[in-house]
Amino acid sequence: MEPAQMAGAAGGAAATLPSVSAPATPPGPAIATRKVTKTFGHVTALSNLTVEMPAGIVGLVGANGAGKSTLIKILLGLLPPTSGEATILGMDAATQGLAIRRIVGYMPESDCLPPDVSATELVVHLARMSGLPGAAARERAADTLRHVGLYEERYRPIGGYSTGMKQRVKLAQALVHDPRLVLLDEPTNGLDPAGRDEMLDLIRRVGNDFGISVLVTSHLLGELERIADHIVVIEGGVLQRSTSTAEATALSGVMVVEVTDRGPEVVARLRAVGAAVDAADDGGNLFTLTQADEAVLDAVAAVAADLGVGLVRMQRRRHHLTEMFREGAA
Amino acid sequence: MSSQPIVPAVPAQPAQPAADVIHDIGFRHYEGERFGRGWVVRSLLVDTLRGVFGLGRPARAKVMPWILVGILLAPPLVVALVAVLTGASKLPISYTQYLTQLQLPIALFVAGAAPYAVSRDLRYGVMPLYLSRPMIRTDYVWARYGGVAIAVFLVTAGPQTLLLIGALLAKMPVGDQIAGWLGGLLASVLLAVLLATIGLVIAAFTPRRGLGVAAIITTLLVVSGISLALSGIAQTQGSHTWAVLAGVLDPNRLVDGMAAKLLGVDPAIAEFAPTTGGEVAVYALAYVVLVAGAGALLLRRYRKAGRL
Repeated sequence: MEPAQMAGAAGGAAATLPSVSAPATPPGPAIATRKVTKTFGHVTALSNLTVEMPAGIVGLVGANGAGKSTLIKILLGLLPPTSGEATILGMDAATQGLAIRRIVGYMPESDCLPPDVSATELVVHLARMSGLPGAAARERAADTLRHVGLYEERYRPIGGYSTGMKQRVKLAQALVHDPRLVLLDEPTNGLDPAGRDEMLDLIRRVGNDFGISVLVTSHLLGELERIADHIVVIEGGVLQRSTSTAEATALSGVMVVEVTDRGPEVVARLRAVGAAVDAADDGGNLFTLTQADEAVLDAVAAVAADLGVGLVRMQRRRHHLTEMFREGAA
Repeated sequence: MSSQPIVPAVPAQPAQPAADVIHDIGFRHYEGERFGRGWVVRSLLVDTLRGVFGLGRPARAKVMPWILVGILLAPPLVVALVAVLTGASKLPISYTQYLTQLQLPIALFVAGAAPYAVSRDLRYGVMPLYLSRPMIRTDYVWARYGGVAIAVFLVTAGPQTLLLIGALLAKMPVGDQIAGWLGGLLASVLLAVLLATIGLVIAAFTPRRGLGVAAIITTLLVVSGISLALSGIAQTQGSHTWAVLAGVLDPNRLVDGMAAKLLGVDPAIAEFAPTTGGEVAVYALAYVVLVAGAGALLLRRYRKAGRL
């Protein structure tokens, strides 16, 4: 029943995104830089950065001062690189800034909201500043604010909003003109853990349900690996890693299984049918399958049913990128 | 439940042909028109102009500008009424003199308008939201500037037009009056350009709106006072030329002096008005230097402040 439900849900989500209206994604990477260097006097913000980022959700990770914001400004065409070139959605950032900014959204890291206007007024105004006619601006502002989770409060002045609500307004103004790609600079900054989770969920929806490519920065790899399809790590303006999270997690076909009872027996049966089981010696009810393909999973279900034990959990163990990068660095 | 994690991710089904699918709740993409930079700048200019008069803002934002508009419109109304009733053959004040007579409410209007237009965006760091849109830094400055300058022009040209209507109703010579009115409009344009530039520079350097308002009023009143005092001192010292040239410090006298000479109408302060070609040239030069200098300062301010 659950697979059917899930398929239904996926189908439902897809139906709201009719393929005819989805803007055609240009072939090739959404963002590409080639030997981009940016120096401010003696300070080198970006050093010979060559990286390609696919469409979808890309996490850009780096400590404060790693060059994340500088890269975003270059991509928006607001800052010329000292050398090298950057393209975004197939457009040259150095020469096509205006065209880029028509179909790209940007959520700044800094506080940027005037306190004396309402979220609706601000977002309508900024939609028009993106070139949308008045009626469309109003309609889309209302829609977008609803999507980011601002309802009645959107008519009140922003000055009275919580940090979480302000971050949502900042996100809404980046999405209101239906960009093909949004650049989100530290969107979880200043949020408490619950607010952080909500913001990450929202970003996941932007990328997966709304069909808008996302480049999101953070100094925390841990939070971006939860939502990103691809992770880029920079440090001191130098590229450290550029990895697809799908690839990385696909490497670990490890499945954690826990049964209610008779753990050793289950393990023995599974070994008998040729499954690679990694079980602790103490005979607990928790073990891992190192090669969890379809046949093995069927075997688990069959054995459990046969022995009359309950399955407490079957969970794919996700390789944490954090560990991987740490190993790589070591 | 337990089986959920092992379900392989189902690839999203491609959407059905749109015929019988209800599109709802999900994010809708925008297929409509996207205007370019020119439209965006015009839009920001119109927003600024409306906002200066409190349109589209809360009621309390409408109070000051409209009180000032009322103050500026009242004298022409009285003048027009008197002219019609008494059948006067000439307006008691010329169209250009009117601007100088009411320089205080005009200064107050500029002091309200300029900080509204630029202070908030600078103080609360809103510039990145504009700069990440299809416009460039100077577009923003020009749009804000244009909105304020047009607003100042409107509040000065409005009363002049009312004067014209009164004069025509009182059956004064039509040709003369229209010529005088057009001259008055020219002076209004010159004044609006100058006052908007000065007002915006001061406002852009005082991001707190209240301070900006105070700074603009003070500046305009103080330079006017200083200019008049210097003229008086120079006059008593017997230097008429310096008495005239001190007028360049005051935006109102500067514009009035040029307009009076150029249009051949009565200046507001006859004894200190420029009369020779040389003096008018100095006035014109001072005007250009002031507008260009303040304008350059304003753009420079935005090169710094407008950083993301």
